Amino acid sequence: MKTHNSIEERYEFAGSAKTWSLGAIVIGLVAIAIGFILGGEHVQRMFSNLLLMSYWFVCICTAGVFFCAYQYVAQAGWSASLIRVPQAFAKVLPIASVIMLIIVGAGLYFKHEVVEHGITEKVPYLYAHWATHGLTIPGSENFDPIIFGKKGFLNIPFFYGALVVMLGAYSFFGYKMAKFSEAEDTEGGMFNYDQSFKYACIFLVIFGFTFPIFAFGAIMSLEAHWFSTMFGWYNLAAMHVSGLSIMALVIILLRKKGYMHWVTENHMHDFGKLIFGFSIFWCYVWFAQFFLTWYANMPEESVYFYIRWEPEYKFWFWLNIVINFLAPLLLLMSRDAKRLTNRMMWTCIVLIAGHWLDYYLMIMPGTVKEHRGFSVEEIGTFVAFGGMFTFLMLSKLSKAESLIPKKHPFLDESLHHHI
Amino acid sequence: MSKTKFILGCFDDPDEMMHGIENLQKNSIPIYDVYTPMPIHGIEAKLGIKDSRLGYAAFCFGCLGACVIFSIVYYTLVHDWPMNVGGKPSFSIPNFVPFTFEWTILFTAFGMTFTFFAATHLFPGRAPRVMDLRATDDRFIIAVDAKGNIPHDDITSLLKDAGAVEVKHNERKYVSYE
Repeated sequence: MKTHNSIEERYEFAGSAKTWSLGAIVIGLVAIAIGFILGGEHVQRMFSNLLLMSYWFVCICTAGVFFCAYQYVAQAGWSASLIRVPQAFAKVLPIASVIMLIIVGAGLYFKHEVVEHGITEKVPYLYAHWATHGLTIPGSENFDPIIFGKKGFLNIPFFYGALVVMLGAYSFFGYKMAKFSEAEDTEGGMFNYDQSFKYACIFLVIFGFTFPIFAFGAIMSLEAHWFSTMFGWYNLAAMHVSGLSIMALVIILLRKKGYMHWVTENHMHDFGKLIFGFSIFWCYVWFAQFFLTWYANMPEESVYFYIRWEPEYKFWFWLNIVINFLAPLLLLMSRDAKRLTNRMMWTCIVLIAGHWLDYYLMIMPGTVKEHRGFSVEEIGTFVAFGGMFTFLMLSKLSKAESLIPKKHPFLDESLHHHI
Repeated sequence: MSKTKFILGCFDDPDEMMHGIENLQKNSIPIYDVYTPMPIHGIEAKLGIKDSRLGYAAFCFGCLGACVIFSIVYYTLVHDWPMNVGGKPSFSIPNFVPFTFEWTILFTAFGMTFTFFAATHLFPGRAPRVMDLRATDDRFIIAVDAKGNIPHDDITSLLKDAGAVEVKHNERKYVSYE
């Protein structure tokens, strides 16, 4: 058995991947500009879409950090040879965080007038349920006792500060773990691995406690009267499944381009198992959230599902479960299915579309309500962020000296991975 | 006629044992089974062992579990003695999801375990069937059925060539009953 290997491979970012991702950014930005120029209700829809895509962008990059971290903590061998891909995701996280903070900041800062119950109000484009002026001032005509009770969490300085701190922390840990791994390539030895392990442990503790808060703040507070303690785990599952799907898709496409010849169907089988398992976990928490609300039948809780039960959303509400639960369940059930490259690729694409819909259903009913749409705004924003993610992630991947962590202690285990 | 029932090639290195398997296969000598102290990746494919059918058993037990609990709860809470719980209809699907799910898993897990025990004779009270005791310690054993596989000396030399530290000609199939 060969115990030493000398694989030299570096990803070169050029050609059609570069052209297409840059093209997608341009087309997407034009669509976003059209959305804003159209004005009126389109601006609100634009902000909702930008929040959706920037939140998802952050989530996918965080999924890269999360994946690296639990692979290190579990001392997993199988993933050692492909860890550069999630590391590239992690390295994009600072940029994704800045984009999301700008969009959230703009959504809070820019206001528009809405007429509700015959009264004209000036409300921010995003988070109007709690960020509108006067909601927490006793005696004001806007006063809302429920929001008043939550003002310790839902006030702009704390909300924005917490976002900055959490995203900063995730970015820091992602950056450190990628740096250690790259230093390992030249230095060798166990020092960098041990450091990665230590940082991964600390990250997972911080991440586990703060990710639900991140989801509560960024998404759940769009409908601030409603609350669900399952929401954080529900978002964690959604973020993890979409992150894994995109990782698997990136690796499959890289292999089709002739890179990473050492990644075999055994590695894809492991990805398939994770995607399959976490899709079921996603459905489990989705159902748990629904079931508790359905059983308790309390007005302030069931309002969340009530609005999603309206004809405007009902079809998509059901489609969400079909795409994100039934599709992976049936497509990836058997052992052989997980080992078929094209089956895996199409399942990943289905799940990426499915989780876009999942986030769409988390955000839109709380912001644009019945003025939902699916046209230039939605597709354009998706294309813009898809292009941006591809461009940034691939250029980070090409900056790494090697596409394989040459001196990772578990590299041999990964190269001989067989299940 | 020789009284040898099984020829065991004992190796102290898994790679040499894999080499021994190849040697025997090249000479069209059927291998009865291989015993190793730890799992060896890829050995099933090499020996041509069929995929486990435990999954089919799991599916059947899962369906059984779902049917059993669904019937029980339907009979008790919908048909025989309907109760008003939170004003919900007696027969409402969300109610039925959690326990159907749990019993499916319960029956699958226990059913698979018992099927596995029955298929491998690991149930309590059964003396373990071992062809060489050191296969659970530090030896990698290739077992060849001696009946019909002659001459035995050729098999012995093939195993020795591959690096077997010892080749046993056992007159009993299992040693663990002694």
